[in-house]
Amino acid sequence: MSSENVLTPYEKVLAARKSDRPDIMKYINVIFDDFIEMHGDRYYRDDKSLIAGIALFNGKPVTVMGNRKGKSIEENIRYNFGMASPEGYRKAVRLMKEAEKFRRPVITFVDTPGAYPGMEAESNGQSNAIAGSIAAMLKLTVPVISVITGEGGSGGALALAAANRVYMLENAVYSILSPEGFASIIYKDAKKAPQASEIMKLTAQDLLTAGLVDGIIAEGDRCFSDISRMLEKELGILGRMKPKEIANSRYEKFRNIDRGEIK
Amino acid sequence: MNINDIFLKRKKRWGTINRLRDSEEQADGSLTPLRRIALISDDKSFRELYAQIKTDNPNSFPGYEKKLDANRLKTGQQDAVVTGTCRIGGVKTAVAVMDKRFLMGSMGIAVGEKIARLTEYAMKRKLPLIIFAASGGARMQEGLFSLMQMAKTTAAIEKFKDAGGLFISYLTNPTTGGVSASFASLGDIIIAEPDALICFAGPRVIEQTIGQKLPEGFQHSEFLLEHGMIDMIVDRKDMKDTLSKILQMHVNTGGEA
Repeated sequence: MSSENVLTPYEKVLAARKSDRPDIMKYINVIFDDFIEMHGDRYYRDDKSLIAGIALFNGKPVTVMGNRKGKSIEENIRYNFGMASPEGYRKAVRLMKEAEKFRRPVITFVDTPGAYPGMEAESNGQSNAIAGSIAAMLKLTVPVISVITGEGGSGGALALAAANRVYMLENAVYSILSPEGFASIIYKDAKKAPQASEIMKLTAQDLLTAGLVDGIIAEGDRCFSDISRMLEKELGILGRMKPKEIANSRYEKFRNIDRGEIK
Repeated sequence: MNINDIFLKRKKRWGTINRLRDSEEQADGSLTPLRRIALISDDKSFRELYAQIKTDNPNSFPGYEKKLDANRLKTGQQDAVVTGTCRIGGVKTAVAVMDKRFLMGSMGIAVGEKIARLTEYAMKRKLPLIIFAASGGARMQEGLFSLMQMAKTTAAIEKFKDAGGLFISYLTNPTTGGVSASFASLGDIIIAEPDALICFAGPRVIEQTIGQKLPEGFQHSEFLLEHGMIDMIVDRKDMKDTLSKILQMHVNTGGEA
């Protein structure tokens, strides 16, 4: 897909979900070296839908994590269609805190329809896990950068995107709930998702205009090198700040993100 | 709609608040913020803060202004939460009460901002903070701005807690979605009313996902207590007494006598 192709919001929703889109392993393998995966939340189990580990970026250690989707039905079942359970978010928090201890920046790649809406997830405290991940991320004293690469689905996405900088790929979407969910509430008909997409303001372009994300990265051949360049630039800026300032500036960003809309 | 009408109605209602000792329930068993505050606060001690904060239509959502106006007239409030201070068993406390009559208590910019400001006020004055949650989740009409309120309220609450403040999260029916998955789950102490629906994904969404009916009581207060997600379930008649005792035990920490 070249950056000249302008898609409608619903076409972007479909593009963001396409199974031939690069998955997180592709981003990790192309942008970083020597990725070593870490497993488990140390409470209950390992959530395979959320992959996390350490790697080198330009020769320096970083912590990388994000949602894992599959390319086939079998893979999607294994990775739960990219929908994390509480154990996934608790693994994320564990590794974020470890990153802070060893002064490594945290890079997240977000691509999820949302947190898993299942019985076991609810029984194990999905709300508590998401709130805990947002809280932990907001307080980190190391740089945190998020890239929304496909679907940014609701609280399950925000739980990995409370970052100093939030970038989106040009055809990624980020919304409060799925267009289908939105349509079933507003129009009482999930099939009206295309109409819902038009008014939801979920495209990267809409969100950049609203000041809710920091930048857009074009898709296509140069996408990976553009992400690398962005990371290099942003980590450079954040790396010159004191640990406390890094956390404070993130706090201020989210505290004042809607300043212009308060009457 | 005339904004003065709202505040006339409002003034009249707040004028009577300190006389309201019997708390009449709504038809569905819920309490309005006014009655909730009357039930927990010491005589004539409530002072409202940030009543004027509101938002227009940040996402240019069709018909949203009209909807807001109707809900403002219905409740006499600018949005879905009432914030202020009162004394509870003599302890001055910052209190927020969400109102499910106002667009299902959904959290948009105004709700997030009022909660964040009240939390900052409590931090500055070293007051304990109690938030009564009642919400269907994030407000759809404000789009991603609503999702950002989860981060905003969480940021303020965590700062307050790190500074030594006591945050009591009081969950009432319903507490779901973006409210449940942000500040409401972050209480130092979490209390729920009996039989309240408290969850991230609602029963309908889960039933669609797993294709079967949920067991009786799933995601209700008693279920959460059993699964270790809340500290206690408190009957409404014991609400003030329980809060008073907890606040008293924290008086020389974050609270102020």
